[in-house]
Amino acid sequence: MSLIARELEAAGIATVILGSALDIVEHCGVPRFVFTDFPLGNPCGRPWDRDMQWQIVSTALDLLATATQPRTTVRTPYRWQSNTWRTRFMEVRDDNRAWLAEQGATRRATQAHRRETP
Amino acid sequence: MSTSPEPVHYMARSRAYYEAQGYERPYVWAHFDDVPFTRLRKPLPDLRLALITTAALYPRRASDQREVAWGSTIDAPEVLYGGDLFWDKEATHLEDLNSFFPIDHLRRAVDEGRIGALAPRFYCVPTSYSQRQTLEQDAPRVIGLCKADAVDIALLVPL
Repeated sequence: MSLIARELEAAGIATVILGSALDIVEHCGVPRFVFTDFPLGNPCGRPWDRDMQWQIVSTALDLLATATQPRTTVRTPYRWQSNTWRTRFMEVRDDNRAWLAEQGATRRATQAHRRETP
Repeated sequence: MSTSPEPVHYMARSRAYYEAQGYERPYVWAHFDDVPFTRLRKPLPDLRLALITTAALYPRRASDQREVAWGSTIDAPEVLYGGDLFWDKEATHLEDLNSFFPIDHLRRAVDEGRIGALAPRFYCVPTSYSQRQTLEQDAPRVIGLCKADAVDIALLVPL
């Protein structure tokens, strides 16, 4: 999505991204970014929390108008209800290494089969 | 006052995860030194906004062709799908459309005069492993849709 924002901007359409993957978006480099430090999946706010969602969307609209230079990131103040997701997401542990290796092997085999199937 | 935790380093996390899955070459995330920038030519209440999502109109399978698609914002779907995308399926869910596709909030923004209008269509952009596909195929299609819909500004929401 960061690449799409860059291309739109170059075509004269001002953009703002709402997202939760700070490092990926900033590494790419985008014009305007509203970052909410939530698990990936709900970049517009906690499910069913209409007030929070409205505030986050409003922040994005404001940023469209107020940003004066590219790479402008605004961090919203919201916190997820717990922090366990921070370590658990895509976690590699001693007790899941064998399972992950098996998952990867299965995936590669499926992809190879798909490539060979006309 | 408690300090904010450090945001998750997704690039490092995914590198370790796929390495553990046996992938030898790490994904090279897009990176640019220069960033394009377009200033607003008019106030927000005079501009038309497009909503762009990475979610899909139907439950996409990994083997499906991944192309730019669109739907109506006037008669918007009540459900969009992201089961095939990279997000935290243990910590949260996509049952509330407005948590990742803020259609109701954008309608409110129009009603309250914050923005001029919502484009008649929203656009679905597939995430692609291939940055070349995104740059050479998907981006020109999205730009074409924006031009056809007389879009001035865009809100992009990746899951």
